[in-house]
Amino acid sequence: MAILRAAIQMLLFPGLVYAVSASFFMLWLQRKINARLQGRIGPPFYQPFFDFVKLLGKQPIGRPMLQGFVMTALPVAAVAAMLGAVALLPVLPSGAEFPGDLVLLVALIEVGPLLAVLGGFVSRSMWGELGAAREAVMTAVYNLPFLTALIALGWTSDLSISKLATTATWPVRLLALAAILLCLPAKLHLNPFSISSAEQEIYAGVTTEYDGPRLALWELAHGLEWVALAGLFAVLSVPLPGVADVWRILVFLAISVLVVVLLSVAAASTARLKLAQTARWFWLWGLLLAGSALGLTLAGI
Amino acid sequence: MSMLKSLMNTARRRSPWLFHANAGSCNGCDIELVTCLTPRYDVEQLGIRLEASPRHADIIVVSGPVTRTTCEALETVYGQVPNPKVVVALGSCPATCNVFAGSPTVVGPLDRILPVDVYVPGCPPRPDAIIAGIAEAAAILAGDKPRPVHNSSQTSGEGGR
Repeated sequence: MAILRAAIQMLLFPGLVYAVSASFFMLWLQRKINARLQGRIGPPFYQPFFDFVKLLGKQPIGRPMLQGFVMTALPVAAVAAMLGAVALLPVLPSGAEFPGDLVLLVALIEVGPLLAVLGGFVSRSMWGELGAAREAVMTAVYNLPFLTALIALGWTSDLSISKLATTATWPVRLLALAAILLCLPAKLHLNPFSISSAEQEIYAGVTTEYDGPRLALWELAHGLEWVALAGLFAVLSVPLPGVADVWRILVFLAISVLVVVLLSVAAASTARLKLAQTARWFWLWGLLLAGSALGLTLAGI
Repeated sequence: MSMLKSLMNTARRRSPWLFHANAGSCNGCDIELVTCLTPRYDVEQLGIRLEASPRHADIIVVSGPVTRTTCEALETVYGQVPNPKVVVALGSCPATCNVFAGSPTVVGPLDRILPVDVYVPGCPPRPDAIIAGIAEAAAILAGDKPRPVHNSSQTSGEGGR
């Protein structure tokens, strides 16, 4: 029975099937909200799916063998890591949790930006390298408050995600969640922290040289990153001990969508900050929130 | 198999991504192209997106009479767009060189350099006409409409720099 539940978690919910369909939905929702707030009608519901299919059907440009291999392997690994991260989310108690699974989850989420940095450099494009360098600086900038907030949440629960959702006290939880919410736009390359992808300014940043199926995989990895991060926020925000599975799923979906709406509105109503301004913002306000959460945990409040 | 093929054709019809190359244009057509993205015309409804990198594009939109300095860059960009791809000549300049015809710095019209599939006439063309031209290009990508026959002196567009 435990194996069956684990298999369902891996393949159906919140694993493969949910993750892929939700990633297309969230990409659409973000573009739609952006368009509506700009007074446009926006893309139809199926748009991200058709974009993905079309990109898969393009003929890849001939490249030297090793470069072509690496440029395919990196987005494939990014998709795999993000799928793993979504499947690890303890929406339903499966009995497969282990102490320290938060560390694995964070590692999988962090693999995405790391591969993007590598991907930018191996593409040998000036714009790809510029985007990769900015992305590398950004990971150092937003991860400081992000990881501090997660440590504050996980301090009393041996770094296990499902326990962490129930054991943290409300003052710690609210401060830590505010810090995490602040980091999400930077992780998803959204305004005002979109300096690393800076569309049009540095062409397409990291993905400038990626064409056809390789670009489709990066787009999918980006959509899965949305699902993973919105899902992580949803899992951490509301403790649901002893609640029926249906309600757990509904609350998880509702908070995930709410996070997407919130981030999209924030992105549509702000302009891009420079790298130094972004760093100041995170190291001041982000660290203030996350640091006080950690302080409260250590003080035992 | 035929279902996959029809899915692919639908996807190509519904998701044409543009790369805009300015080959010595006076900016009139460029402004009209950007107008298509505004709330009044909102081409994102049709899945049309203006892409920054030619690697991501399906359709190359060329404006301007093709000057000597932009000719080589145009061939490079054409090679950088992965197949299948369509070339749209935006305005009168790439079609006929317009008022720049006979200038020693102009090597156009565009069909001497690239195989042009769709012409959007006008100086500049209205946004409605541009959207109609892009829709025609998307129909060529999807196989709904045959590609016009090109002469063999143009660049083959294989590979890229």
